[in-house]
Amino acid sequence: MKFSPALRSSIKTLRSLFRATVPHSSQPHRDEWAGSILSRSLLFKSAQALLLAVTVCFSLGATDASSRFNDLGHRLMCTCGCAQLLGECNHVGCPESGREREELKAAIASGKSDQQILDWFAAKYGATMLAAPTMQGFNLVAWIAPFAVLAAGFLGTFLLVRRWSVGKSQLPVGASIDANLDPAERERRERIRRDTGMDGDL
Amino acid sequence: MAAFGSFALIIALALAAYNLLAGILALRLIATGQPVAVSPERLADTARRAGIAGFIAVSAAAFALIYSVFINDFSITYIMEHSNRALPGAYKFSALWSGQEGSLLLWAWLLAAFGFVLRLTHKRDVKLYAYAGTILAGIQVFFLAVLNFSAPPFALYNGPLPDDGNGLNPLLQYPEMVIHPPMLYLGYVGFSIPFAFALGALMMRYPGEKWIKITRIWTLVTWLFLTCGIFLGMHWAYAVLGWGGYWGWDPVENASFMPWLTATAFLHSVMMQEKKGMMKSWNVWLIFSTFLLTLLGTLLTRAGLVSSVHAFAQSPIGTWFAIFMGIVLAVCIFTYILQRDHLRTDHHLESLVSRESSFLFNNLVLLTACFVILWGTLFPILSEYVVGNKVTVGAPWYNRVAVPIGIFLLFLTGVGPLLPWRSTSMRAIKRNFILPTIALWATVIVCFLAGANPWKGGTFDQGNFYAIVSFAVSAAVFVAILSEFIRGAQVISRQTGKNLISATVLLMRRNTRRYGGYLVHIGVVIVVVGLAGAAFNKNIESEMALHDKLNIGPYTLENVGFTQDSNLNYNSEFAQLDVYKGGKKQFQMTPEKRIYLITGQPQTMVAIHSTPEWDLYVVYEGTNPDNGQPIIKAFLNPLVGWIWAGLAILVVGTLIALVPSLSPATASLRVPVTRTAPTEPALKGGSL
Repeated sequence: MKFSPALRSSIKTLRSLFRATVPHSSQPHRDEWAGSILSRSLLFKSAQALLLAVTVCFSLGATDASSRFNDLGHRLMCTCGCAQLLGECNHVGCPESGREREELKAAIASGKSDQQILDWFAAKYGATMLAAPTMQGFNLVAWIAPFAVLAAGFLGTFLLVRRWSVGKSQLPVGASIDANLDPAERERRERIRRDTGMDGDL
Repeated sequence: MAAFGSFALIIALALAAYNLLAGILALRLIATGQPVAVSPERLADTARRAGIAGFIAVSAAAFALIYSVFINDFSITYIMEHSNRALPGAYKFSALWSGQEGSLLLWAWLLAAFGFVLRLTHKRDVKLYAYAGTILAGIQVFFLAVLNFSAPPFALYNGPLPDDGNGLNPLLQYPEMVIHPPMLYLGYVGFSIPFAFALGALMMRYPGEKWIKITRIWTLVTWLFLTCGIFLGMHWAYAVLGWGGYWGWDPVENASFMPWLTATAFLHSVMMQEKKGMMKSWNVWLIFSTFLLTLLGTLLTRAGLVSSVHAFAQSPIGTWFAIFMGIVLAVCIFTYILQRDHLRTDHHLESLVSRESSFLFNNLVLLTACFVILWGTLFPILSEYVVGNKVTVGAPWYNRVAVPIGIFLLFLTGVGPLLPWRSTSMRAIKRNFILPTIALWATVIVCFLAGANPWKGGTFDQGNFYAIVSFAVSAAVFVAILSEFIRGAQVISRQTGKNLISATVLLMRRNTRRYGGYLVHIGVVIVVVGLAGAAFNKNIESEMALHDKLNIGPYTLENVGFTQDSNLNYNSEFAQLDVYKGGKKQFQMTPEKRIYLITGQPQTMVAIHSTPEWDLYVVYEGTNPDNGQPIIKAFLNPLVGWIWAGLAILVVGTLIALVPSLSPATASLRVPVTRTAPTEPALKGGSL
């Protein structure tokens, strides 16, 4: 496993940072720190696992042809009826995927662009071989509708929030929760909010 | 046994029909107050008792089917088609849900069981429970009618009695398949209960929000079942299908995810109703939608409207579901229009930046995600109808459209808890957001240091980009939630002198709903990190002669044997692969291929070695017909284990949220309810 020098040093720095934050046994409040050490150790191990996994995977380079094969294999469907992507269809005895994968390899080797390859497969096997609708004609609706709905929803929610917003000063007496509380209780709630950064539903 | 089962189903249908009709009549009489010879209260009680007896009848039918599987009664078509003599005992139970008729019987039985519990606990609120029980009876009538007239599980085999059955689908012969479908069905069926309560409360113009408190545990438990069912299905797909993934955006998967999204939205927005009395109509429609979506998923996949890998479940019952959905929708709309003034409420927000508004946006994004999945599932039908072209809407489309929405939802998961109810100052916002923002950018920097570059080689790598964004947002959300825990624990620690761990435990016990919920959010973050790892999946496929080696990531696989085995159920062949790391042998893996004797169908048994960093996932793909060499496909799937770990945290968090809080000291902090109407204790008043 090869790490880049920058990465090696960042892992070392991370390790030293974690080590530096763990107190020695001579320090006070040992019982408090026991839990902290445990959780930090767990945190460190999790962070280390995450970093290591990401690093190794980033460093696993693929050749251009194989990455194109992988990419295009995940943009086409197997036509045997298994409803799986061509790049992932592996059921034993599939009558189609082996041949189609060979055709894909040949198409990549022939120097065709990705779009030309997709068009060729769509022309040969039908539009259902493409794993996603094209961005043309009615198919464009498939791509636009979700974001249009999200945008409309955002606008609607924003307008709704504005309409419902009355502001503290405009609230009628009794509408605010704190208005029902006596001053001592209100002060207690405010203190809890200050301490916890949360509302008073502790 | 076939006759016993069939009679049990007919009796169950008669009891459910009586429950429905007598229930409607009793509630109508109570609502109108007409003087009649029979006491409406007693009539309602007979309806309730019929519901309880119905549970016994459906249980008898379910028992009859399972018993028939165990005694190999191949005179019953369903048993002949879904079991065989050599099928192991545990999988004989699976036969109950491996086919259309059996899975509908399971649905009906679970519905009867939920109804049984509901009817036994009716004294909590007699009138509301009477409404809910009657609505449940209506749903039960539908399922039992389908079972009796369209998909009878006890239909006799037409022809000479076979010696053995056709056997269970090999894909279903896996331990998780014994628990995944029941979990999923518990989730689907369970949403009938909050639906029945919501509709019942609307019909009777139920005063106050008590019905929400009653249904909270039902909804949360049901949500948990559905969540576990979905994840178990993912794990099953991962371990059995052998393509290295766990989610393929198949219509059946989508069908389970859509009600999960609307139910999750409900679990959040219902807090607005509980705390502020807002969004009453919205919540009612969220529950209606969730229930309708559980039916829609069944309709879409079983009517054959969309193609699915779960083709084993298809049959002509789609029309029944379409009609029932139409009736349910009509009842919901009619009741809502009739009673909508009851749900009218004043909406007041004190600030644009508050917990309330974050709930609104959270609901918006969850609902949009649900729409996206529904849209993607239905678009092939729409395209064929509008322009006559069939298209495929597969994983690439969902990855481009749904993933950004998912990341935004994750962002809201972190932001929401940082915003207090009502209003807050900019200073407090800044203070709460400093650490998460640092975590976000630190993660981006670490990713880049680790070699991440979405624009490597001049082309944009979408998966790489989404992964970095997911890691960064996950880190920010994690830090945000962790700081909430630490801040609360520090206050408790100062007050009680306890250490931070003990203070955290006390903090969680004092407000189980909040901190259980936060734990669920942490579980979601862990799951997202695991999902983001998929952007870096690697695989390699090779023929492996004896002592051939295959390298993937830090591992070297060496073929040290290729052998075969046999038992009464299947023949198998498998490779023995020694796995080396850093030149040292670590362990051995034995990927396997089985050929089931009764069906002749092959089945892959993947070998998985899971670590926190990644899964080494090895598939035995068979042998090259030309030279007989085994073909091995190895995957290195980063962070997959985090998905299952995240689920475990999510389950723990939900269970904590179900436990009542231990907070006598904070009783004085409870907000006085400004507008409460008295709850009617008995079956009087209201309208149907």
